[in-house]
Amino acid sequence: MFALLASPTGILALFSFFFVGALGSLLTRKYDTLANAWSSTLAIMGCIWGLLVASAVMLSGATVSFGVGRAVLPILVISFHSDMLSAFFIFLISLIGLLCSVYGIGYIKHYYGKYDIGVLGFFYNVFILGILLVVTAGNGMFFLIGWEVMSVASYFLIVYDRHEHDNVKAGFLYLVMTYIGTTFIVVSFLLLYKYTHSFDFEVIKHSIALVPASVKNAVFVLATIGFGIKAGIVPLHIWLPTAHPAAPSHVSAFLSGVMIKVGIFMMIRLFLDVLQPIPLWWGAVVLMTGAISSLLGVLYALTEHDIKRLLAYHSIENIGIILLGLGSSLIFTSLHMLPLALLSLVAALFHTLNHAIFKSLLFLSAGSAINQVHTRNMEKYGGLIKYMPYTAFFFLVGSMAISALPPFNGFFSEWMTYQSLFQGIMLSDISIRWMFISAAGALTFTGGLALACFVKAFGIMFLARPRSAEVSHAKESSLSLLIGMGSLAALSLLFGVFSGRVVLLLEKIARGFTIFQSTESYITISNSQAISVNNGFASISGVTFLGIFILLLAVVGIVVRFGVYRRQQLRVGATWDCGTDLAPRMEITATGFAQSIVLIFKGILKPSIQHEIEYQDSETRYLPKSRTVILGIGDVYQSYFYQPLRKIVTLLSLRTKHIQSGNVNTYISYIFIALVIALLTIL
Amino acid sequence: MTSVVWILQFILTPALSPLCIGVIKKMKARFQNRVGASIFQPYRDLWKLLHKDETMSRDASWIFRFAPYIVFTVTLVVGASIPLFALFPSHIMSSDMLMIIYALAIGTFFLALAGLDTGGAFGGFGSSREMTLSALAEGGFVFSLLTIALMSGTTNVFSIAGSGVLAQGQYVLPVFLAFIGFFIVLLAETARFPYDNPATHLELTMIHEAMILEYSGKRLALMEWASANKLLIFSAMGANLFFPFGFAVSVDPQAIIMGIAILFMKLFVFCFVITLIESSMAKFRFFRLPDLLLISFILNAVALGLIYSL
Repeated sequence: MFALLASPTGILALFSFFFVGALGSLLTRKYDTLANAWSSTLAIMGCIWGLLVASAVMLSGATVSFGVGRAVLPILVISFHSDMLSAFFIFLISLIGLLCSVYGIGYIKHYYGKYDIGVLGFFYNVFILGILLVVTAGNGMFFLIGWEVMSVASYFLIVYDRHEHDNVKAGFLYLVMTYIGTTFIVVSFLLLYKYTHSFDFEVIKHSIALVPASVKNAVFVLATIGFGIKAGIVPLHIWLPTAHPAAPSHVSAFLSGVMIKVGIFMMIRLFLDVLQPIPLWWGAVVLMTGAISSLLGVLYALTEHDIKRLLAYHSIENIGIILLGLGSSLIFTSLHMLPLALLSLVAALFHTLNHAIFKSLLFLSAGSAINQVHTRNMEKYGGLIKYMPYTAFFFLVGSMAISALPPFNGFFSEWMTYQSLFQGIMLSDISIRWMFISAAGALTFTGGLALACFVKAFGIMFLARPRSAEVSHAKESSLSLLIGMGSLAALSLLFGVFSGRVVLLLEKIARGFTIFQSTESYITISNSQAISVNNGFASISGVTFLGIFILLLAVVGIVVRFGVYRRQQLRVGATWDCGTDLAPRMEITATGFAQSIVLIFKGILKPSIQHEIEYQDSETRYLPKSRTVILGIGDVYQSYFYQPLRKIVTLLSLRTKHIQSGNVNTYISYIFIALVIALLTIL
Repeated sequence: MTSVVWILQFILTPALSPLCIGVIKKMKARFQNRVGASIFQPYRDLWKLLHKDETMSRDASWIFRFAPYIVFTVTLVVGASIPLFALFPSHIMSSDMLMIIYALAIGTFFLALAGLDTGGAFGGFGSSREMTLSALAEGGFVFSLLTIALMSGTTNVFSIAGSGVLAQGQYVLPVFLAFIGFFIVLLAETARFPYDNPATHLELTMIHEAMILEYSGKRLALMEWASANKLLIFSAMGANLFFPFGFAVSVDPQAIIMGIAILFMKLFVFCFVITLIESSMAKFRFFRLPDLLLISFILNAVALGLIYSL
């Protein structure tokens, strides 16, 4: 069984689950329930199989590499290459896919009769299949096919709710950005092909010495932009906050939790494995991109009051944190400090895993709330904790995890990222040290602002009194939704408390890289699950913290309950508001909560305020009929990056238009000139 | 005897913290030419509150009910994880500086949620202001501890206090800068002047008091006690990490009593400085506070840069 799982058959069987799932749901599309059951069941079975395959590969440590069929074209070989890193990502995809699919069973029901369930099931399965192809492909051309499958399927999932005009627009933006990204990726692969004569990653890796340094640098820039668009780094992120919210919630969870990580996967694969050795500035670029993305991501999240957009911006922030780990790893590799590079890579992988868990949890619980309240605008929520107690609890767990509060998983990966940055600050080179200092500074502010943002999100959505009538009709979600969210919440705690175990496993995965094979480890795990870094420079234990905390909480609870109890009464009354009648409008709003932070960072966020007053009599202008205040955030990327870019493109297009005369003779002369030039270069 | 040390380590923070508040209040009263209440008055207040009936808002959820317990317990955990009077209870794994900072953030998180939970106009604004300040204070907090952590070669706060390198000549300037940075954060995190006025319920200015406005009875007692604990934790960290001397070196009663006496003296100095600040300056306007926190961050960043260039 074990041998079967970690074999070509096991991996091909994995794909067939999703393939059958996709085809079956198309065939059963006439019947909503059947299509839902078919697609969800097959996806769940596929994901369970994926978990088994991934565990088998990770435990055996063997690389599964194989080709299928004969080469259709000399450059397109259907070849799979599943090493430890691929297995880790298969694990991640299957884990999140499993719980999202379980959640989906119940969640999809509200689309019955409105949209075609069979089509949703088809694209959902194809999407997972595409991501799995991407992380297992051993050949660049085959990789691109998987990449396209993934992108197209995700596009159709984003525009699934097509009656909303905004969703269609978001989908289009996503498609455009994806294709720009793919172009960059194709060019970088072609550059590598030119010098190594192969699209196979293994072959490229072994003949990387043939590639000149300048070409390698070009490949780095192209790949960073190409994969950075998918990962959502600032300023290439503009598609992310509109596209992720548009999809159905269980797909949003999958997009934010898993799909953007594929960009990270390829960056790790290329920069740490295929293109080694690398110059120092690559790492510096990645590190600074991470710092900027994390800080700006969280700042924009604070300004949002659309809950799903808020979560999408937090994905940008967390991608930034992952890049901080990856960037430090790259810098340490260039400086030949491999133990530190290993430590940073483990931090990046750990945060990748943790972010997938808590971000899916947040998207799923936000989705349940949206399903009941029928709006994504947080200002219409309030008091939901009384109507949906479990959902509220799961959202709270997710909030604590993403704000890096111990003992949840987010804290431990952020702690490890901090440790790798601290090690960088201790380097002797002044400029490198200041780079690490600014990265660590960005991370500290990110942590604090994320906490503020989630106090806002949880507090405004779930606490206090309902701000709209919709809330009081809300009911707790159905069982399948609760199972999906509950399992993720439990994982969030478990991966925090037993972080020592997880870190050991991740280190084993990172050792799968050629450069780390015989690297000494800076991480030690004690019996009590404590993680120690760099000979006791820092150590931490989730179990101990949780143990002491629960013990003391129990002591405090018991002492207060029984020690000072003198038959005190608990009276329930109205909240004190200076004697006025309490109205929902007296509660603080999401906008108001974040306004002071927005004003403090007004240099970056460029808040705008616009007053409109309509008068009873426009001549005299004494008695106003209605007043409107519109608060907005300036879109710096639009005005300083994309607009100028668009202008340049338009200008160039206008210039090149001149050669398009429409006259056939001119075109024939063009062909003739091209032919002459071609002949001359060949001769 | 070791168990006595451990018990002391756990109960010293909650046992001493009301005294700190009492001493500050007494000194402030003397500065204002008043006699002032006894320095033990905060203990009596807590005792009184613990035995009173409670009134709770009907909008409050379990967050509001449980927050005081969580907030108070967090301060107990952190209070037990920092060096107080001796360095030998040091092998607990919650003494990492980042663990301490983020554990304190749990308290802030639930405090702010409790402020939002009753749906009053005051609580929400209190939470908003508190989260704004604590978000901006975090940079200075992490960096000030990081500066001395890097000098000592460890992030465990007990090992930092025990390393003894901070007194070396070349480290005096960075330690001094980091301490100034830390002290600014101390004032912000413990809701003192110029950030917050602990003595008033004036709605335009209050931050911490606004969040706990709806509490009464034993839950109010826990919240007040927790904020006193936080003051003691920050003072003790400032005193013992930046001026690490006078710890008990052995487990005999005399040394321990000496260690506690020195802790008393250090805390008294901190209380005196806080009193001096509160008696001599006015609260800042809210939007001037970020500048102060930014100064703290920059001072610490400079301190970090100075460590190695000497």
